[in-house]
Amino acid sequence: MIYLDYNATAPADPEVIEAMKPYFNELYANPSSIHTPGQKAKQAVEHSRAILAQFLNTRVDEVYFTSGGTEADNLAIKGLAFSRNKRKKIIYSSIEHHAVMNTCKYMAKFGYEVIAVPVDKYGVVDLDFIRDKIDDNTLIVSIMHANNEVGTIEPIKEIAQIAHKYGAVFHTDAVQTVGKLRIDFKESGIDMLSLSGHKFYGPKGVGALIVKKGLRFDPLLHGGHQEKNHRAGTENVPGIVGLAKACELAQKEFPQEEKRLRQLRDKLWREIDSRIPEIQLNGHPETMLANTLNISVKYVEGESLILNLNAAGIYASTGSACSSGSLEPSYVLLAMGIPAEVAHSSLRFSLGRWTGQEDIDKVIEVLPGIVEKLRAMSPLYKK
Amino acid sequence: MIYFDYQSSKPVDPRVIESMLPYFDKKFGNPSSLHKIGDEATEILDHSRQAVAKFINAKPEEIIFTSGATESNNLALIGFALRNKHKGNHIIISEIEHISLHNIAKYLQKNGFEITRVPVDFYGQIDLDALKDSITDKTILVSINYANNEVGTIQEIAEIGNLCRERGIAFHTDAVAAESQIHINVEDNKIDLMTLSSNDIYGPKGVGVLYIKKGLRLNPIIIGGGQEFGLRSGTENIPGIVGMKTAAEIMEKEMDSEIATLKVYQKKLIQGVLDNIPDSYLNGHPEKRLANNVHFRFDGIEGESLLLALKDKDISVSTGSACSSKTLEPSHTLIALGLVHEEAHGSLQLTMGRFNKPEDIDTLLNLLPGVVKKLRGLSPLYKES
Repeated sequence: MIYLDYNATAPADPEVIEAMKPYFNELYANPSSIHTPGQKAKQAVEHSRAILAQFLNTRVDEVYFTSGGTEADNLAIKGLAFSRNKRKKIIYSSIEHHAVMNTCKYMAKFGYEVIAVPVDKYGVVDLDFIRDKIDDNTLIVSIMHANNEVGTIEPIKEIAQIAHKYGAVFHTDAVQTVGKLRIDFKESGIDMLSLSGHKFYGPKGVGALIVKKGLRFDPLLHGGHQEKNHRAGTENVPGIVGLAKACELAQKEFPQEEKRLRQLRDKLWREIDSRIPEIQLNGHPETMLANTLNISVKYVEGESLILNLNAAGIYASTGSACSSGSLEPSYVLLAMGIPAEVAHSSLRFSLGRWTGQEDIDKVIEVLPGIVEKLRAMSPLYKK
Repeated sequence: MIYFDYQSSKPVDPRVIESMLPYFDKKFGNPSSLHKIGDEATEILDHSRQAVAKFINAKPEEIIFTSGATESNNLALIGFALRNKHKGNHIIISEIEHISLHNIAKYLQKNGFEITRVPVDFYGQIDLDALKDSITDKTILVSINYANNEVGTIQEIAEIGNLCRERGIAFHTDAVAAESQIHINVEDNKIDLMTLSSNDIYGPKGVGVLYIKKGLRLNPIIIGGGQEFGLRSGTENIPGIVGMKTAAEIMEKEMDSEIATLKVYQKKLIQGVLDNIPDSYLNGHPEKRLANNVHFRFDGIEGESLLLALKDKDISVSTGSACSSKTLEPSHTLIALGLVHEEAHGSLQLTMGRFNKPEDIDTLLNLLPGVVKKLRGLSPLYKES
């Protein structure tokens, strides 16, 4: 099997699984219990929090564990909005993940003006548009660190500066970058950052929201006093331990792994570009995640490509896994100004820790034939 | 180590762990992906939904996977209240709900809902007449736990279900304390919404379920990719969900024999303590209580000192809900039962489970009278009657 859909989800690293195991049935107590096993569970949670803090250069008390990236995004935006009521404008980008986009749109029901920032043809947000729309009434600017479909990395430092000039909070969905890029929370100017375990070899069902000290926000889930009263529910101790282990592993492989993936990805693009006519790269030629390659193979449906690759044991995607179920072309590609028919022909390869040279070679070998076969059936394609 | 705090947290059954492991790194797909790895994930997600549905006699499409019982309670109450507020703004809960439910109710109260907290009797049973009387034409939801998480009292769920159905009011029950001790049938008991936790049936933490009767409308709390029929977004926690499936399957098969064993332990503990320790009492109902639960109070001592003394002997117990154990307030449940502060503070909760052995009970019964006596010797308040 050749798995090239790491942006959708990644397998948990064997070391992550090993780290979690004892917390299922040996150190299984509730961290809120005051007996010895409870205190050991509490220590495991707090130790994990310290690892995350060190990994992202945050304070320990800025780390809040959640059930994943989507919950973290909801907590950031709703939590902030419901704890304040003066500022009534929310700015996000037109290529945000659904977790941010739908949450921002939802806030319109509560009297917020929600503004989607356009992006250029590379998927980079329009900073002038933000400058033009932002004002003293702006509560939050939420722009993703890197896009999940095309891999474009956004200029978050500059966005943070613009936001801060108007006293707005800057939130970034960093689900696609944590573990892939070095992030220095303090230095970057980010106020709130969402991350998810399973995108960088941690377990599913766990994530975190990092919140700059002093920033007030309401909980999304009410109940016990966990996470300093900001996220109720018994802590998912094995998941939290697994997430921390994933951070440690990512830390170790900086920056060699990024270099390795970039070489593989670049080779993949170079080779298929030279073998397949009329294909295009979607995304930024340089400021892009090293593991992501999004292309459009004109005159062919992305879905047909996926299914044919699937039959050859190669697992790729047409874009976001979360919208793969729908027949709509990718809203991210449309926002980049790509025509609908070209967006429909998009194909995403996302590489990861277990992607090897031979996997890439296999795709290079197989893809041209698949494209040729599909194009031969296409009434639109003329050689 | 002897563990008597199964209500706070349970070890994951080794069979459950085995079933989860392949889904971390071999069958690790995202169910939303179109390829084979994604399809496999979708398939096991569907199977898991069926298994959990069968466990409570529900339909698969009535099962929503969440990150745990607290999230399920939030979704049930807040999600239902916000979606149905045009029908009324009154919600009834009991005085002895889990802290998550109490805090959710407070949140709704701040947001324009009226909350009635129905009292319980000395044994922890809901006053059904008070419940009936508190219903108004603005009542949209009643939420009463299936069994109490502290004293283990089981409620008359079928009667409450009937009453609510007759009056056209939705009925939610937090079944976390009950799910390992009672075969739950949502259909027979006319339950509309029910909270389950994976860990409470020896599954992993970080997973739960909200059962939503078909036709009921709720607003989601976590929005995004539209997973779980649009009611709970976020990539599904497949290993966790598979763990809950296995846990439900095992529990379904083994519950009866497990309850039989727990009842023996329970009887032995209750008799052993009440017979051998003077001025000791059982909190909660003598019969209508969960088989895994005993809850005592002892005149003249603090539950916390007892907990610490037993901790020194490597025995883990509780003085009440783990979720509120950090506060110095006495348990709201015990106060609702009519105990005064000193009585509530002198309480000890023991919850047993699948991995307790008969020797655990013997060890505790051998130690406890001496520990209580020693602590009472230090207390200026206690005089033997």
